[in-house]
Amino acid sequence: MKNDQFECALIDLLGNGIPLTPAPYQDIADQLGVSEDVVRHKIDCWLDDGTISRFGAVVRHHELGYQANAMVVWDTPDEAVEAAGQALTALPFVTLCYVRERRLPDWPYNLFCMIHGKDRETVLGQVEEATKAADLSDYQRDILFSVRRFKQRGAAYRAPLREAAE
Amino acid sequence: MIDDTDRALINALQGGFPLSEQPFAEIAEAHDLSEEEVIARLKAMLDNRVLSRFGPMYDAERLGGGLALAALEVPEERFEEVTEIVNGFDEVAHNYERAHKLNMWFVLATETPDGVQQAIERIEAATGLHVYNMPKEKEYFLELKLCA
Repeated sequence: MKNDQFECALIDLLGNGIPLTPAPYQDIADQLGVSEDVVRHKIDCWLDDGTISRFGAVVRHHELGYQANAMVVWDTPDEAVEAAGQALTALPFVTLCYVRERRLPDWPYNLFCMIHGKDRETVLGQVEEATKAADLSDYQRDILFSVRRFKQRGAAYRAPLREAAE
Repeated sequence: MIDDTDRALINALQGGFPLSEQPFAEIAEAHDLSEEEVIARLKAMLDNRVLSRFGPMYDAERLGGGLALAALEVPEERFEEVTEIVNGFDEVAHNYERAHKLNMWFVLATETPDGVQQAIERIEAATGLHVYNMPKEKEYFLELKLCA
């Protein structure tokens, strides 16, 4: 198997989950017809270069009792957004943080973070704490609590097929 | 539904799963469990949907794909209908109703970067609504770790 075909096949296979068997990498290697070392080395490389950002258990927040999930957004001056983003990431209850393009006039916000909490009151307190910690008190803010979750799947990333097409 | 041992396993395994020959045995030893029990507990948590997956979280863009956050302003009376349409797109990875004028927020994950725009156009055509695409300019890396 050519290297890029091997990579595509490994991405697909791993995407289904790590086999829950005593020697999961050997099992994957057997399916792909390569050695176990090759499989483990490739995963290690992907962890190093960021192709795999995390490797292990992906939890469902709701089922763990994180009932309240808020997307908190601020309209932050461009020159202040970097420092604010850095400050937000230091907070333990902030789970994601992004700078995004505004969609004026409807959407003036450019700094986004996600807070997952056990309940709404706790999250509102955390929003205040985040606003202070990141020095965002002067800027327009909005809090978008989730009402319902319709879909949460691991994105079914398929291997980049154009590389495999030969 | 889950006990303290499950919680300890979740807290330890949201990243950093070992790349050793027998990773479950390694986890088992650290938690004073048998390998069989670790595997059985993880399997049960997947079956009970406490865990959505046990495996890699890929960076879609590094895999050559596209990823975007987008929002819709859905009229109240059309909410169920539009939910069904949006959820029907394979490119939609997550979809949440949120309390805001923009009341539907979803993540698009596509095989190619161009796929994002194509999916947005198809969703606009199918729903008759404007899709607010919110492309990211910067992502701050965080481990998504929730204490169980």
